[in-house]
Amino acid sequence: MVPTAYYLILAAMLFSIGIGAFLIKRNVITIFISIELMLNGVNLTFVAFAQMWHQISGQIFVFFVMVVAAAEAAVGLAIIISIFRTRQTLNVDEIDLMNS
Amino acid sequence: MSPMPASYLWFIPLLPFAGFLINGTLGRRLPRAVVSAIALLFTALPAAIVAWLWATMRAAGAPDSIEVVSRPWIAITGFHVDFAFTVDHLTLIMLGVVTGVGFLIHIYSVGYMAEEEGYWRFFAYLNLFMFFMSVLVLAESFLLLFVGWEGVGLASYLLIGFYFKKTSAANAGKKAFVVNRIGDFGFLLAMFLLILHFGSLSFTQVFATIGQHPEWQGVRFLTAIALLLVLGAVGKSAQIPLYVWLPDAMEGPTPVSALIHAATMVTAGIYMVARCHVLFDRAPIALTVVACIGAATAIFAASIGMVQHDIKRVLAYSTVSQLGYMFMACGVGAYAAGIFHLLTHAFFKALLFLAAGSVIHATSGEQDMRKMGGLRTRIPVTFWTMSAGVFAIAGIPPLAGFFSKDEILYQTFASPNPIFKLLWLIGLVTAGMTSFYMFRLWFKTFFGESRFEQHSLDHYGAAVDARSSTTLAAVAEHDESQAAHSHGVHESPWIMLFPLVILAILSVIGGWVGVPAALGGHNEIEHFLDPVFASGVVAEGAASSAGHGLELGLAALSVLVALAGLYVAYLFYYKKPGTAAELAERAKPAYVVLQNKYWVDEFYANFLVIPLMMFTRGFLELIFDRGVVNGSGRAAGFVTRIFGWLARKQISGNIRSYAGWLAIGAAAVIAVMIFGRSLWVHL
Repeated sequence: MVPTAYYLILAAMLFSIGIGAFLIKRNVITIFISIELMLNGVNLTFVAFAQMWHQISGQIFVFFVMVVAAAEAAVGLAIIISIFRTRQTLNVDEIDLMNS
Repeated sequence: MSPMPASYLWFIPLLPFAGFLINGTLGRRLPRAVVSAIALLFTALPAAIVAWLWATMRAAGAPDSIEVVSRPWIAITGFHVDFAFTVDHLTLIMLGVVTGVGFLIHIYSVGYMAEEEGYWRFFAYLNLFMFFMSVLVLAESFLLLFVGWEGVGLASYLLIGFYFKKTSAANAGKKAFVVNRIGDFGFLLAMFLLILHFGSLSFTQVFATIGQHPEWQGVRFLTAIALLLVLGAVGKSAQIPLYVWLPDAMEGPTPVSALIHAATMVTAGIYMVARCHVLFDRAPIALTVVACIGAATAIFAASIGMVQHDIKRVLAYSTVSQLGYMFMACGVGAYAAGIFHLLTHAFFKALLFLAAGSVIHATSGEQDMRKMGGLRTRIPVTFWTMSAGVFAIAGIPPLAGFFSKDEILYQTFASPNPIFKLLWLIGLVTAGMTSFYMFRLWFKTFFGESRFEQHSLDHYGAAVDARSSTTLAAVAEHDESQAAHSHGVHESPWIMLFPLVILAILSVIGGWVGVPAALGGHNEIEHFLDPVFASGVVAEGAASSAGHGLELGLAALSVLVALAGLYVAYLFYYKKPGTAAELAERAKPAYVVLQNKYWVDEFYANFLVIPLMMFTRGFLELIFDRGVVNGSGRAAGFVTRIFGWLARKQISGNIRSYAGWLAIGAAAVIAVMIFGRSLWVHL
């Protein structure tokens, strides 16, 4: 049986890659993908601990995260499309309407 | 006690208050007739209730006082004040003056103010004054008296500044208000001391406590309370050194001067001293102070009154002087004599002011006596009624002023304290001066050549200059109707003359209630007030032992002095009109001093007002208000702005910078969760 620590290390790596990509990348789509990567890292820790403690609640949480992520993907992609339509760019550094 | 529901007492103040509310809120839209009907009705009814009270209280077997308590007003541990009214014989006299004279002056005002703007406002204020004044005299505690005291001050302020578009009127109102605050400061401190030492502000309780402690003769705290009360009374009753507001208060309409600044409000100080006589009798130092202040004010104000030219200012200084007499009476312990003079003074001074108002009305607003003269035949009713007032105040027997003033002088002379003999002398000299300036006013206004005509011709610049050298009377003979029209000298309407006639009758006979035993009378007013002052009459023992011969002699002396005043005024202003000017020229320094009212106003302005203003502007405004108060506000604002600026710098609109901050924050939270606990343990 694979030790829980392995899963956790893999999850931490996925999460860190997600954060790194989120901070470095400028394309909205890539940023969006990196968010999914972070979510999946977290999901992995949930299932790993669920298996370790023989508790079903961790797995249920993963389902919730997946459902929310799916909904978020739909909304997020719609926003991205509308941004692209109005501004003809997906570079986040150029999308700074909130700048005072 | 006869069937006299004591709750009727509530109506005495509440009815004028209702009148004030109605006229004050709706008066602007009501026709003048309705406004005057409301104002008159709501002052006539209290007068009727007071008349009924008189009848009840004079009936055989009536109690010495009636008291009504509504309910506890202020109740905290160890101290409580009821909202209570009480009526005893002293209150009864005050109520009679306030409602009776007040009602007459309301009637007069209907005629006097007929042409004025703000008619409804005037009557609303007058009713408000009646409300507070009756609260003042009915009050059973120092606190409720203070409510009335402040209230009449407010009404006085509003009415002095009635012509508020005139700067001098607005300033006079402000001056009266501010000067009165100095007195109120003393009154407040006195109340605090009373609470400290007696735990009560009720007259009954405080005086009963004093009665139980015969050893408290001249103890320090009673003297302190009494002196602070005197400060209050000095402010309200316009005595030295706080008298300066009263002459300026003449900026108000003349009925106001008659009601508030002669007959009622300014006597509140005397009423208060008399009301607290139990306290004052235990503080002989305070009483001596009262007597000295009174005598000094009497002669001081009378001397100024001798050279004034404005008819109302003469009367104003005369009021200050007469109030000084009343103070002197209270100071020598002759409270009943003081109240007696208050009563007769209310009659003849209200009469004099109203008659002066009638003269002013007749001459279309002229107040300078140098521009009057010869009005005797033109306005005969005003002349005769005013003559009654002049003779009464001058102390010519058997008019009212003679009896009351003489009673004060006699009581002062008869009291055992040797200083009071000097005060008596001052009082006597003042009586002569009073007689002089009143007859001066009388001769200058009503006799001799008319100086008004010349003035009016300048004024109208018109048709009759051929007659400019002739007297008004001569003009009247030539062409009565034309003269009357072109000069506008006219007798006042009956609605103004009626109160004059009533007051003139009262000024003549009003003194007969106090005819002393020496002159074959019974001095009824003194016996009437016995239940109130029984415990406090100091001079009575001395008075009875001194004998009637002395009293008669003193009375004859003061009559002689009054006649001398009359004769001098006759010489100066009727027989040889130039004499006064010559004398003024020869005694120039004295005349200038009097003419400038001893520069008291200037003294106050330069040595009190200006330093105070400098302190206010320089320290309070510049350093404290702008520096400390504004400065701390600005500092707080500046700190907030700094933080705001720092925070604003973070709002770049760049998603990646937000994400960066978020990541750093999350890392920090995790770091604290992992390492914080162990750090905490180590520390």
